[in-house]
Amino acid sequence: MDFVLLAEQALNGIQLGILLFLLAAGLTLVLGIMDFVNLAHGSFYMLGAFLFATFFNWTGSFMMGFLLGLPATLLLGMLTEVICLRTLYQRDHLDQVLATFGLILFFNQLVQVIWPLDGVAVPMPAVLDGSVRLGFGIEYPIYRIVIIGCGLAIALGLYLLVVRTRLGMLIRAGASNRTMAGALGVDIKLLFSCVFGLGAALAGFAGMLITPIISATSGMGEQILILALVVIVIGGIGSIRGAFIAALIAGLIDTMGRSFLDVFLLVFLPPNAAEAAGPALSSMLIYILMAGILFFRPQGLFPQQRR
Amino acid sequence: MRLKQIAGVASVLAVAVAAVPALAAEPIKIGFVTTLTTGAAVIGKDQQNAVNLAIEHMGAKMGGRDVKIIFGDDEFNPQKGKQKTEKLIKRDKVDIVAGYIWSHVLMASASTVLDAGKILISANAGPSPLAGKRCNKNFFNISWQNDQTTMAMGEVLNKRGIKSLYVIAPNYAAGKNMVAGVERTFKGKIVGKDMTKWPTQIDWAAEFTKVKSVHPDAVFTFYPGKHGGAFIKQYQQAGLSGRVPLYSAYTIDSIGLPKMQKAGLKGVLGTYMTQFWAPDMKNAQNQKFVADFRAKYGTYPSFYAAQAYDSMFFIKSAVDAVGGKISDTDGMRAALEKADFPSIRGKFTMGKNHFPVQNFYLRKVEKDAEGNWTTKLKNVVLANHVDPYAKDCKM
Repeated sequence: MDFVLLAEQALNGIQLGILLFLLAAGLTLVLGIMDFVNLAHGSFYMLGAFLFATFFNWTGSFMMGFLLGLPATLLLGMLTEVICLRTLYQRDHLDQVLATFGLILFFNQLVQVIWPLDGVAVPMPAVLDGSVRLGFGIEYPIYRIVIIGCGLAIALGLYLLVVRTRLGMLIRAGASNRTMAGALGVDIKLLFSCVFGLGAALAGFAGMLITPIISATSGMGEQILILALVVIVIGGIGSIRGAFIAALIAGLIDTMGRSFLDVFLLVFLPPNAAEAAGPALSSMLIYILMAGILFFRPQGLFPQQRR
Repeated sequence: MRLKQIAGVASVLAVAVAAVPALAAEPIKIGFVTTLTTGAAVIGKDQQNAVNLAIEHMGAKMGGRDVKIIFGDDEFNPQKGKQKTEKLIKRDKVDIVAGYIWSHVLMASASTVLDAGKILISANAGPSPLAGKRCNKNFFNISWQNDQTTMAMGEVLNKRGIKSLYVIAPNYAAGKNMVAGVERTFKGKIVGKDMTKWPTQIDWAAEFTKVKSVHPDAVFTFYPGKHGGAFIKQYQQAGLSGRVPLYSAYTIDSIGLPKMQKAGLKGVLGTYMTQFWAPDMKNAQNQKFVADFRAKYGTYPSFYAAQAYDSMFFIKSAVDAVGGKISDTDGMRAALEKADFPSIRGKFTMGKNHFPVQNFYLRKVEKDAEGNWTTKLKNVVLANHVDPYAKDCKM
């Protein structure tokens, strides 16, 4: 097999994985720490994309798009938590699913009311357009390298936040034993708002990163939310480390399946059958992986320690 | 004197009142089903604008009677499309139904109209069953059959000396039809084929990496709607524009081009596509339509709009022929089969399966005199082309 092709596809897989990680990190925090099922997580991915596009078009600066878009998404997340979701923590998971599903419909319609029906596009800044040579004949788009770099930086930042800071300590305390942390004087309500806002901002950041590639459109969140849910199931609910590794696995498997499965199937099947089965099977691969994980290790690869 | 005057006024009024029913008979009601919500609504809005412009151009009259258009929103969903069609037939009691962008919506809704004995006119969707085995005497298509445009594309590729082709298209009914069309006529070798998950996949990083490693003479693609814009954008970002020529069908249209121009996607300039119509076609009807559409709505009309505009004049020609008696279905059908009206594509005939027998042209993306990005007509690829399913139609 061609080494250059393999290397470039691996980079593509890592880039997709990084994006999935940004979404899955917030989702797993909210589900693991707050025990709250948030289907509307994809909506913050979408809102992040739209806000970024709007701020970019106002200021004309790529950086300003991020600098204004990130706090705006954080604030929107916290606002949503305070207004709609706070009362649902004590309720059944199904009630939470229903309420957050309603939020998806609400946000999808909202962006259609505010922004053009077919979404908003953001041009790629000239410095990030084009490809670089990485040696060994590998040539890769600069912007996708930027996505990988940003994602890795965020992963490191999250690790330091959770392990090294006071907020991280509170988050871990809240996750281990909510009532006890509250009894010791931790403002659990505020803590949860912060965690939810952080998750929303991470999802929003993923949306912002992808906007120059696919442009912001209504309903873009649901398509990727499903993959993010798969990732947290594989990684183990509540574990950021699990989300990171599972996201990379999912990204790589999906990309490699799309690239090489049809060639691989040709070894066993006649050309017509391979051509028909290839696309169908490659789009199922990560679900098959999830089913396998659920069967052999139902708690996921890195289950959260609960006391 | 005073009394006489009053009597005079009264008699004039009486005559006027008596004359009203004769002048203002029930208006002709036309139902038009299209997509007015969801992300695909931009297409529906373009069609709606074109229908309104057509009605304006004909003075809101067909066969001497007033015309009323009732729009139905299919929400990009076959089930909703069928519901809206039923509402148009049963509650609004429309005389004729037109519209339909999506093949699957049309397939779900057709029987509702046809079973009620009314005439149905598709202004975009051209699914193969309705052209072949399930053709119907009361169904007409005013656009094209799905396979035809890409059959023309295959011929273009042959003429331009393309020996190896890479195909990327969505893995659903229309995508498969379009690819089958190219395969029918393309004589070179298809060196790679990726059918992607529809509509969820909107990032082609892996596919483009494969294209780079295979070095084909050309890439052919079909991605309608917002996917088309994203595809073109990433094709350029991946550094493929200018390196591997791109040929497309229904991927680049007048809705997407202004956005691509704004985003500076120069890679789309100079790419080729095939179609039955182009905004710069030289015939009086088309020039008037394009000029007035641009004056009123600010952009070039898309092919969706052109077909919607045509559908109204198509209906008008039949209503005129039966002198406004639209309930005369046999008379209407006979007139529609003649297709004797000024079409934006110029002269064409209606085939025996009620799909147009028409020319398909090569179009190229270029700048117009004012610097706007648009498509320009190059040459005829297929002349008076009959779709491959017409032979299966027993009518």
